[in-house]
Amino acid sequence: MNLIAKPSRDNIKTYVPIGLFLVSLSFLDVFINAFFKFNLMGFLPSQLSYFLPLILGFIGFYLIRIEFSGVRSLDVLNKNINSNNFNALLTLFTIFIIIKSIPPMLDWFILEANFVGNSKDDCTGDGACWVFIKVWFNRFMYGLYPNAEQWRINTAFLILFAIVGVSFFVSEKLKKYFILFLVFVFPFLGIKLISGGSFGLEYVESAAWGGLSLTFIISAFAILFCFPIGVILALGRRSSLPAIKYISIGFIELWRGVPLITVLFMSAVMFPMFLPDGTFIDKLIRVLIAITLFEAAYMAEVVRGGLQALPKGQYEAAKSLGMGYWRMNALIILPQALKLVIPGIANTLLALVKDTPLIFVVGLMELAGMIGLAKTNPKWLGMAIEGYVFAGLVFWVICYAMSRYSQNLEKKLSTER
Amino acid sequence: MIFKKFNIENKKARDLIPQAITVLALLSVIIYFATNAQINMGNRGISFGFGFLNQEASFDITFSMIEYDGSHSYGRAFLVGLLNTILVSVIGIFFATIIGVVVGVSRLSDNYLIAKVAEWYVEIFRNIPLILQIFFWYFAALRALPLPENGISFNDISFLTIKGWYVPKFIWTNFNIFLLSVIAAFIAIYFINSYATKQREQFGKQLPATSISLATLILIPLITFLFLGVSLTFEYPVLKQLSSTVYTYEGGVSIIPELIALALALSMYTATFIAENVRAGILGVGKGQKEAAASIGLNKNQILKLVVMPQALRIIIPPTTNQYLNLTKNSSLAAAIAYPDIVLVFAGTALMQTGRAIEIISITMLTYLTLSISISMFMNWYNKKMAIKEK
Repeated sequence: MNLIAKPSRDNIKTYVPIGLFLVSLSFLDVFINAFFKFNLMGFLPSQLSYFLPLILGFIGFYLIRIEFSGVRSLDVLNKNINSNNFNALLTLFTIFIIIKSIPPMLDWFILEANFVGNSKDDCTGDGACWVFIKVWFNRFMYGLYPNAEQWRINTAFLILFAIVGVSFFVSEKLKKYFILFLVFVFPFLGIKLISGGSFGLEYVESAAWGGLSLTFIISAFAILFCFPIGVILALGRRSSLPAIKYISIGFIELWRGVPLITVLFMSAVMFPMFLPDGTFIDKLIRVLIAITLFEAAYMAEVVRGGLQALPKGQYEAAKSLGMGYWRMNALIILPQALKLVIPGIANTLLALVKDTPLIFVVGLMELAGMIGLAKTNPKWLGMAIEGYVFAGLVFWVICYAMSRYSQNLEKKLSTER
Repeated sequence: MIFKKFNIENKKARDLIPQAITVLALLSVIIYFATNAQINMGNRGISFGFGFLNQEASFDITFSMIEYDGSHSYGRAFLVGLLNTILVSVIGIFFATIIGVVVGVSRLSDNYLIAKVAEWYVEIFRNIPLILQIFFWYFAALRALPLPENGISFNDISFLTIKGWYVPKFIWTNFNIFLLSVIAAFIAIYFINSYATKQREQFGKQLPATSISLATLILIPLITFLFLGVSLTFEYPVLKQLSSTVYTYEGGVSIIPELIALALALSMYTATFIAENVRAGILGVGKGQKEAAASIGLNKNQILKLVVMPQALRIIIPPTTNQYLNLTKNSSLAAAIAYPDIVLVFAGTALMQTGRAIEIISITMLTYLTLSISISMFMNWYNKKMAIKEK
């Protein structure tokens, strides 16, 4: 009976080495099996050799599960991944699955993938055909925008980044002017630069815009416009004037109740019916209006949350100073309310960026749309996986960075209060 | 001074002006749009009306839960689309809830690896646009499945192929009796539980309500199988050769790949949000609550059932209902991969054929709006019911 005594401090000297050995053996077996396609336990009957790593690992974990062992690293290990039998099993499964999935992923992404060449025939390996991305990269970024004019998009974005970058280092007073320029002047300068038609720049119609740059352009403009509209709607919903209140509620709930795709459909097929015959509004502008109104409704609800969270005393204090409605909101209420809901605002903006691929329904093609176009090109059939993995990665990096930034902001603001 | 007096005495009049301006502006926009629409429709020779719903649709729909072909009306096509939307939403909600709860609980696991894996699941699937996930499953993952002749077989009962997933078909006899018995069982369970609650609150008696309910749910339908002539048989899909190279499956039910891709993407995407809700809900129940419950002698199950769950659910359910609503609205992305939901069938094909943009888009939007408003009304009712009642 002494042999299978419960692991404790008394038998730590014998149990821990055996346990660690068994655990490492089980990992080693799975590792060799996954990376070198060689079955270490191949001499055993097939069923047994299949489950042996699991059994060995389980016994190993059981043996090293010693409470208050006095060895710090062992205690940390036990607490985190080996607190009971069930957890030990979960740990083993997770590690096995991770080890097992590394080689196929590595093969597909890098080892067996094709990087050189410029046509589908150069993709001879079994892995991904990154040649596809390489050849189409320009289109994925700029859509059908003429190659010779692409410097205009680059310049516009470079100026944007430069202004944002510089504004971090200038004094508070100058910063104000930078922000005013960025919000009120730059967007229209930028769009003039990209669309052209004057100053000797060739006109590029919006149907040719596309790719990732279109995602950024649409997101930027929608953010710019949906924010003030959202704030006004939120104030309207909290207004004491019934007509304004109910119109705001109706407007907000209408947009929040329908999917974006139907709103885009509406902008594409129903909206032209509402305009005088012969009036033509550019497709991109119609889409922008649709996305802006849609996201403004969500923004309004976020801002309303901030307005409701402010204590009544703030309103009363502002009024007792003799402030009118607009001055009270602009100077006292909104600065505080907006600060409260910065995470919510960031989440709405994140949703907006994630919604931009939907513009395919009206025939505009940003990144996902361009991939749809490229994968149906007769010379590049069968490249769907590479294309969507690439688009997924790009969007993931953008959205993950945004969500991380908003989480940091949230933490920073919550400690400040 | 005069101005101030004017302000106070005529507060009502002063309030009226901005309201009147807003209403007038709104009205003039509506009238402007309406007149334009009327002129435009007059030019195209169509008049506003919903009579077209009774006309023959003359287009086919690839997947329908009710009988439909080209000879049915546009109204019927709308119904087919609506049912398909509801079908994919219900499937999505079911799996999103399961995955969401598992991932949410895993994120709080004391096992470091499990918590990390769950966290990365959330971070990965939440930050990729849903439409890309749908595209990935549909154009990349499901297209990699084998052809019917070497489909992946599950015990020869069900087959997964590039053309869809073939599952056995349920063939019921006297299904109505079975359905009635299930409803009866649920009514019985409701009464058992309210009786048990009464007993507990008035006399402090603990009845094993859960096990009795479970037994009722199994026993009553079982009786119908044994004595009332209800029976269930399965029709299995069988591989059949159409020509030398073309194979297909006959019998059973075919689940089209569009539905699988859509349901997969919707449930995996929404699950990340539900997981966060579940996590927040469980974290939201203070440790003191559990300790207090233990100190008055409740056992572990009772603590979970009577103290932790009711409080956690109060935090979890409202945002989760919102996610269900989002999932239903997101199911409209079906149009991107040609799953015949309401948007594709009605706002797509039917609109192209009839050209009645205003009527069709309005009906589609109203359908979603009705769905949203009814769910949010239910949510308000539920919140009121579950709100903490101070005694």
